[in-house]
Amino acid sequence: MTPMLGIMASQISGHLASGAYASIATATVGSGGASSITFSSIPSTYTDLQIRAMAQGGASAAAINVNFNADTTSTAYWHLLYGTGATAAAYTISTAYIQATTLSSTANTNMFNAGVIDILDYANTNKNKTLRGLSGYDANGSGTVALYSGQWINTAAITSIVLTVNNGTNFSQYSHFALYGIKGA
Amino acid sequence: MAAGNTYVALASNTLSSAAASVTFSSISGAYTDLVLICNIGASASTSVNFGFNGDTGTNYSTTILTGNGTTAASARTSTASNSTDYIAFYTAGAPSGLTGSMIFNVMNYANTTTNKTILARSGSDSKEIDLVVGLWRSTAAITSIVIGMQTGNFITGSTFTLYGIAAA
Repeated sequence: MTPMLGIMASQISGHLASGAYASIATATVGSGGASSITFSSIPSTYTDLQIRAMAQGGASAAAINVNFNADTTSTAYWHLLYGTGATAAAYTISTAYIQATTLSSTANTNMFNAGVIDILDYANTNKNKTLRGLSGYDANGSGTVALYSGQWINTAAITSIVLTVNNGTNFSQYSHFALYGIKGA
Repeated sequence: MAAGNTYVALASNTLSSAAASVTFSSISGAYTDLVLICNIGASASTSVNFGFNGDTGTNYSTTILTGNGTTAASARTSTASNSTDYIAFYTAGAPSGLTGSMIFNVMNYANTTTNKTILARSGSDSKEIDLVVGLWRSTAAITSIVIGMQTGNFITGSTFTLYGIAAA
């Protein structure tokens, strides 16, 4: 199978704005899907970043993974508190990526996951980077809602973000991702 | 897009008298997401529910993660006539007039291709903290939102502010 090319959001549309909450770049997945979403050349002029996503993955997809600065070797830690509609549970693991949101799959026709990911003090070069994710999908009888936290063990300023589906499938058509910068006072 | 115009207050309502529901109508389709921030009090032990575009059919469902200070739990409503339990208020016998807060995200609300997913976090210190995802099984663009109490009223002074967030 020919791999799908990822979307480079900064190459599709984007601009810098001077507001306290500024839209940096947006990506909408077209027909055929996309294996990844990349926000690159992220300016360091903000205090925090926020990604707002409405997304769906392929069959059996369950989560969105995040890597920073194309780093797939550094250690990352993440925690998850989730509810399935019947039970609540928690989970933690160390990987080379951070799992940041839940994800709906194509089994849930036309039902997409909502996620808000906050990446705090992303341009600071003195401390490891922390994110938090708030996410969920409901499919009228099934679904998951979850809180995530994650830490990338790296002090580099974040200049690019890659989002992928946890099981290697594509993001579905109409999945939408928007990156915002939040300025401090 | 004008600089500084990405996160825009569209409407706000501070109740001057008790009301069973609040409606935001004629919502512009010019934004990517909507965010509704509420600080509300309840006149009775109840939960908050939502509806869109005046739809009272059984087209809503929710999945909830909740914690009450002792235990965490999860629950679900399916094929419901509105989205429920976004803020659960105090149980009977608790002091009246206690408030709860909620941030309610409606993603890609104006698209006409997909069903709508809503993500909210809320809490009422007298009752519990909740993380809720909701589904409205409609591909229509959302043009109005009604926020209501399952029973009783929002108390005077309850605040509701609707924002639009624009993407690049």
